[in-house]
This record gives sequence, C-alpha cells and structure tokens, in this order.
Amino acid sequence: MMRANKTESRRAFLRAGVALGGGLLLDFSLPCVLNARENASSSPSTLNAFVQIANDGAVTIISKNPEIGQGIKTMLPMLIAEELDVDWADVHIEQALSDPAKYGAQFAGGSRATPLNWEALRRVGAAGRQMLVSAAAQTWSVPAAECETASGKVVHVPSKRSLSYGRLASKAATLPAPDLAQVPLKDPKNFKIIGKPHPGIDSPRVLAGEPLFGIDVAVPGMLHAVFVKSPVFGGTAVKANLDAIKSQPGVRDAFIVGGGPVFNGLASGVAIVGTNWWQLDRARELLEVTWDEGATASQSTEGFASQAATLSSQAPAIKVVSDGDVISALGSSARTLQAAYSYPFISHATLEPQNCTAHFHDGKVEIWAPTQNPDPGRKIVAKTLGLNDADITIHMIRCGGGFGRRLMNDYMVEAAWISKQAGAPIKLLWNRQDDMQHDFYRPAGFHFFKAGLDAGGKLQAFSDHFVSFGENGKAAPSADMSANEFPAKFVPHLELGISLMPLGVPTGPLRAPGSNALAYVFQSFIDEIAHAAGQDPLQYRIDLLGERRQVGAFDTGRMIDVLALVREKSGWGKRTPPKGSGMGVAFYYSHLGYFAEVVHATVGAGGKITVDKVWVAVGVGSQIINPTGAENQVQGAALDGISEALGQTITLNKGRVAQSNFNDFLLLRMNQAPPVEVHFLKTEHPPTGLGEPALPPVIPALCNALFAATGVRVRSLPIDPKLFA
Amino acid sequence: MRYTIQINGKAREVEADPQMPLLWVLRDLLDLKGTKFGCGKSFCGACTVHLNGAPTRSCVTPVSSLGSSSITTIEAIAGTPTGRAVRDAWLALDVMQCGYCQAGQVMSASALLAKNPKPSDTDIDKAMSGNICRCATYTRIRAAIKRAAGMPSADSRDTFV
Repeated sequence: MMRANKTESRRAFLRAGVALGGGLLLDFSLPCVLNARENASSSPSTLNAFVQIANDGAVTIISKNPEIGQGIKTMLPMLIAEELDVDWADVHIEQALSDPAKYGAQFAGGSRATPLNWEALRRVGAAGRQMLVSAAAQTWSVPAAECETASGKVVHVPSKRSLSYGRLASKAATLPAPDLAQVPLKDPKNFKIIGKPHPGIDSPRVLAGEPLFGIDVAVPGMLHAVFVKSPVFGGTAVKANLDAIKSQPGVRDAFIVGGGPVFNGLASGVAIVGTNWWQLDRARELLEVTWDEGATASQSTEGFASQAATLSSQAPAIKVVSDGDVISALGSSARTLQAAYSYPFISHATLEPQNCTAHFHDGKVEIWAPTQNPDPGRKIVAKTLGLNDADITIHMIRCGGGFGRRLMNDYMVEAAWISKQAGAPIKLLWNRQDDMQHDFYRPAGFHFFKAGLDAGGKLQAFSDHFVSFGENGKAAPSADMSANEFPAKFVPHLELGISLMPLGVPTGPLRAPGSNALAYVFQSFIDEIAHAAGQDPLQYRIDLLGERRQVGAFDTGRMIDVLALVREKSGWGKRTPPKGSGMGVAFYYSHLGYFAEVVHATVGAGGKITVDKVWVAVGVGSQIINPTGAENQVQGAALDGISEALGQTITLNKGRVAQSNFNDFLLLRMNQAPPVEVHFLKTEHPPTGLGEPALPPVIPALCNALFAATGVRVRSLPIDPKLFA
Repeated sequence: MRYTIQINGKAREVEADPQMPLLWVLRDLLDLKGTKFGCGKSFCGACTVHLNGAPTRSCVTPVSSLGSSSITTIEAIAGTPTGRAVRDAWLALDVMQCGYCQAGQVMSASALLAKNPKPSDTDIDKAMSGNICRCATYTRIRAAIKRAAGMPSADSRDTFV
C-alpha cells in the first residue's frame, strides 16, 4: 500500500489554519458573538458574547476554553482586555459554559489556543472598544475619530472631556456591532497587557483551598459513585455479587452497566452508588465480578516486541515516503548504520483522577466535567442516553491536569448513565488504579532505522520501518507517522514505512502526540549519524537543514536560528563537561513551534543518572502573550519529557495493565528536576502555542547527553540505568 | 464512631468509621476541599496536611489515630507567618499550572521552613520529593521556597564551566 501524501496529518491541519494568516478569523467562527446582546438597559451591559461592562466600570470577560493548567483562563481574556483598553485590575474573568454556537470552538488541545485566538479575540475586544467610542462620540456629538481610549475611559482629545466605560456601556450595547474583520487593532508597541507577566487569575483561590476542581463539585442531593471496569480492555461484566455490595455501609445501590465495547464511550462495568465515596471505594474491595474478558486477554508487552521484531524483517506494509533509491544508495555508501529503537505505552496520570458530576432529570442532563473537549462529550452522552445535544448542559470545571487525557469523555458518559439509573445527581470518581489502568495510552512503538553516509560524512540514504499499532491500514489513535517526519525531504534517498499490529488497548493523544515519541527515535538516530560522521552533532544538524528556506510549512531558517541560540546559551562546544558527564542536543518542530534543546547529564556509580541542566531555545513568533505562563509551560514541558524518559512505562500482561499507582508508574520528583533555562527567539511570525512543542526534543537531547557522557546509546525507553552500570 | 478533632484551631465533631482517612473526613464530612486526593497510598503528597506541625499524608491517616493532635490544612495555612510567606512567594512567582498538587506542596514547604528557615537545595530535595507535581513546576517551587525564606531564588545548581 502506498500513501502518496499524508496531507491529513495533524501538522498539516494546523498549518492550514495558519496559512490563512490575517484570515484566521475565518477559522475561528464566532457565530453569535455580536448578536448575544440582550437587556441593553440593565447593568451589566453585554457588548458581545465575551464582554460585559457594569455601570461602575467593572469589566467581565468570558474565557471560552477549558483550563487544564495551561493558563488559558488568564491568557485569552488578556487578548480581549488589551484591545478593549481596560486596566487588568478592573477585569473579572468568568468561565464560559460549553456553547460552541455562542463562543466558537472550545477545547484545550494541539497547542492551538494561541494561533486560533491571537487575532480573533483581539478583534472581539477591539469591537467592544469601537462601540464604546461610538457611544461617547454620539453623546458629545463629535466625530469618533477625535476620541481615544485608555484605562476604561473614552477621551475626546480636543476638549479633554472623558467618560468612563461604565457610563457608556448601556448606550454602547444598543449600537450596531462593527464588522469584526474591519475593526482596527493596536500597534503591538502600544500593548499594555500583552507581553507583561500576568499570574494565574485563580491561583489565590487555589491556595485558599476553594473548591475549584471537578473533584470538588457538590450539588444538592448528590450521591457518590465508583465504577469498576474490566481489567481487560473492552471486557464486559456478566454477573457480580451485587447484594453483598449493597449491604455494605454507605452503599445505596449497585448495578451492572452493560456498555461497551467502544473505548471512548460507555464501558461495561459495575456501578456502586452511595453517600460516601471512601466507603464505596472500600466496598468495591469485596466486589466479585465475572468478566467476559473478550478477545484481547492474551496480549502482552513481550508479545508485541517479538511480533515487531518479526515484522521488521519484512517490507513495511505501508509506504509513507519513498524518495530516490534507498537500497542502491545504502549499497554505495562509504559507511552504513542501523539501529532498532523502541518506546513503551505511557499513561497520562493527571494528578486529579478522572471524575465527573452529572444530574439526569426530566430527560435532560446537567454535567460538571473537568474536560478538555466538552462538545464531543455532549454528543457521546446524547447518543448513549438517547437524548438531543440540546438536552445536555456542560459546565467546564478547572482540570487537575489534562495532557490529552481529558480530550476523551468516557468518564462523562459513565457519570450521566449512572445518574440516570440511580435517579439522583452523582459524582463519579475513579481511584488511582482505575485511572492508570483505564487510560487512552500513548502508544508504544518500534523503529528500525538504516542510514548511509558518503565519504565526507554526508547523509545520503535514510530509512525507517516503524512497527506500530492499527488495523486495516489505519494506525491506532496517535500511532501514526506523517510524510513530513524529519529528515524526510532533506535526504536524497529516503524511505519511511509503517507496519501495523492489531491492538486491543485504547490509545490517544498525550502532550505532543506522535512527536513525543518520534522526536526521541529520529533525533537520537540522527545523533548516531553525526557521531558516525565524526562531526559536531549540533553543527551536523544545522548542515542537514541546509539552506534557509521553506520546506512545505517548515522554515529551516527558524530552526537553524534556535539551534544557534541554544548553542550560544548552553556554551555548547565551549564548556568541558567533567568525566562521566556530557551534553546532548536535539531539535523538533511540532505544533508550529521551533524548539532546540541542550541537556547536560551525568552518569554516576551504578549507572545513576543526574540531569544537571536543560537549555531551551524557543521559536514561537512575534509575541509571547503572557511571559510568566509561557516560561512555566516550557519548563514544565521539558521536565515532563525528562519524566517520561527516566521513569514512565505501562506494560501489559494477559491484556491487563501491570502498573497501578505512583510507586510503579514513576513521575519526576523534586530531587530529579534540573534547572531549565528558557530563551525566546522573537521573530516576525504570528504567535503560536507553547503547551506541547517544548516536550519532544528534550528526550533525545537527554539520551544524546548520556551517549556523550558514556558512549552508550539509549535505544529504548524508559532509560535503564543498568545500561551504564 | 464519634470523634472530636482539632482542625485549624477549632474542635470539630464528626461521625465516621474509625478507619476513614483524614483526607475524606476533611473533604466529604467537613467540606474542606482544599486538600486533594491523588493516589490514596501516600505516594504523591497531594493530600498533605500538618499534624502538630509535621507534614502528614492525610490519605493514609485514619481518623481514629488523630486523638487531640492539632491539624492544619491549606485553608488555614496562611494564618501562620511561615505559611503566609510561602503562599505569598507562590503567588509572586506564579508557581502553579493546574494547581492540583499545590496545596500539598505549600503544606510541605511551610513545614520545611518552620523547622529549617534557610534550607539548602539538598534540604529542599529531601523535604519536597514526596510531593509530585504532574505539571513539573519544580523549578518555581524551589525558587518560591527560597523566596519565602528570604534567600536569593536563582537556581545555581549547575556549576560546571
């Protein structure tokens, strides 16, 4: 099978959005933004779907996207407040309901909030400002062009008269809405809010212990619920000792839910409902369920590895790219290399376990969900319960971490179903074992590389046979590889191919999906190539990128510039690491962002790994909207990558996940966390997102540093210290 | 069983199973939801409170073991001078991302500084490594502890030249 051009890849999709440039607004539909005004005479006055201004000048800005820790509830309103021209201290922020007809797309994923909203939400603010200016101009009978704004006031410049927004709001709300595409925007040099650090708007409330998270939701008459699913994915509950469970303290009801076998929907299992979650969690220890485990009860991590090894000796089933003649070029190369790399399944492990509160009543469902992507959840709930989309109300609650896990809404439909059957509002809470063993995992993968160099060390031939998961020629979610995977298009003879193994495990996007694994294998093998060529690994990468040019959407010049920046900031080539210590480099382009990273790491007695420091050079365009949030995201993403590399693995045995808690699924801790130095390279390109793209390159940079320190390659994750012992 | 427990300076009465962990007593019986559930087995530190000033994982502390111990939770930590300094440093340095672990982080950091007003990096590692931050805000947690201690907050651990 030949897949000529995989244009539907995630990155291609993202690029399509940005290619519109100033026309991004087209991509960001605000169907009712300017028609959402009502009760124009009341206070506060509604200027549009996002902005209300009270008579006393208090400004309420609606934040439309889910908050998962990426700081969006602070950042999106900054864009509106800037162009509205109000003081941040006067701004009150409210979280929107899930209502895409009113607000446009509402999701946290793909690091897309910045590229999608950078211009669109500034225009929303500017439209509000223009209405306030018009209201003032009409009040004074002067031309609007003679009016300026600042700090929530309109000033008539010639007469020096001024009126506060609070005084003007009710009149402004009656005026015709301007054309969003035509409203003038500020010159960035006049920004007062954008580009200045604004700490998280809800942080003081979190530290006061206020109940802001999904797990904290309480509604009148609410019961609690636990939901026990098959340890083998897609298994169904046949029978259970429900009467024994019902007699336990705190238990009101226990019943079998006959869902499944779809992963992102209602699973089969046993629901236990009652007055006290801890008692329910204890009662489940007595639960005895007969499961029909289904077809995947024999799959295992070891089985996949041996299947992959067998497949690697055959030709790839799917050709993703085939440029030139790799076989001949390898045959005529002065030097050839080959290497097999692999990485494991990993779990999202949001620190707040999956949970959801739902209230089914009178044929409608009200839902309070920590979710990254509410609207698909609404559709699953409606379909599963036989309701209309309009019958489902979703409150987006602050999430204790997302990382892609909460793009899926399985917990939402479980909560809705259990509420319906229990006849009461319920809060469903998974325990840690539920959460770790019922995830949509980052898929494992196996890569079999070959490369050929000419006598001068130049890369002539490159191939990767990626053994991944999927069926019928279609990769499982987040288990694919696109035709743009670097060094595709940078090597004359290059082949990328995929073979697929069937999989009965749910997979899905984990922070920088695809990239978090592909960066590791490709940037590690490129490092092997550079060393085989006897050249400096950083300079070798710059040479491989070649002339400054566009290659598809990828701008080689932008990547060369971040590589040069990280070389300078890290002292690459100028500092001499002590014995047992080394520096490694990698770059990666994802989510429209250009990232080059250097890691300094040390291997001590017994193979003990210390990550000493990370340097990150960031190319995300012309403007860092909220510098404090941006730096935090980059540092966190880099450390998240180190966490994945050092400790994280999910293994399967008899179709079951072996890990159950943080004693066997290891997350980075304070004593392992190095300093992370972040440098932003400002360019003339439109701003793009930061939640994800800093993660991928840190993993190969760390592994390459360990090679520099020891001469040993890390060809499998998580890093096994025994390699260096 | 009926228990009288000392929480944030007040005697509170609860009716609970003797084995019920303090975490769930706080969250579901006393409506103090600032203390968080992460793992249920003392691996993550999200549930950290102070028991007579010592950082304690409330998810594995049965209500029957409390006796007359004085319990402080995140809701009241800013009422102590150290807790207030820690909270203020956390906000000044904009430490949190998702924020879910941060109550536990602040409780561990406050307990550290109450005992050790000028901690070294190693002291910080020892006191804080029981608290997972899934967003990995460790860089700022370290800096905020130093700021709360009145120490320079720059990270000076990477020293090779």
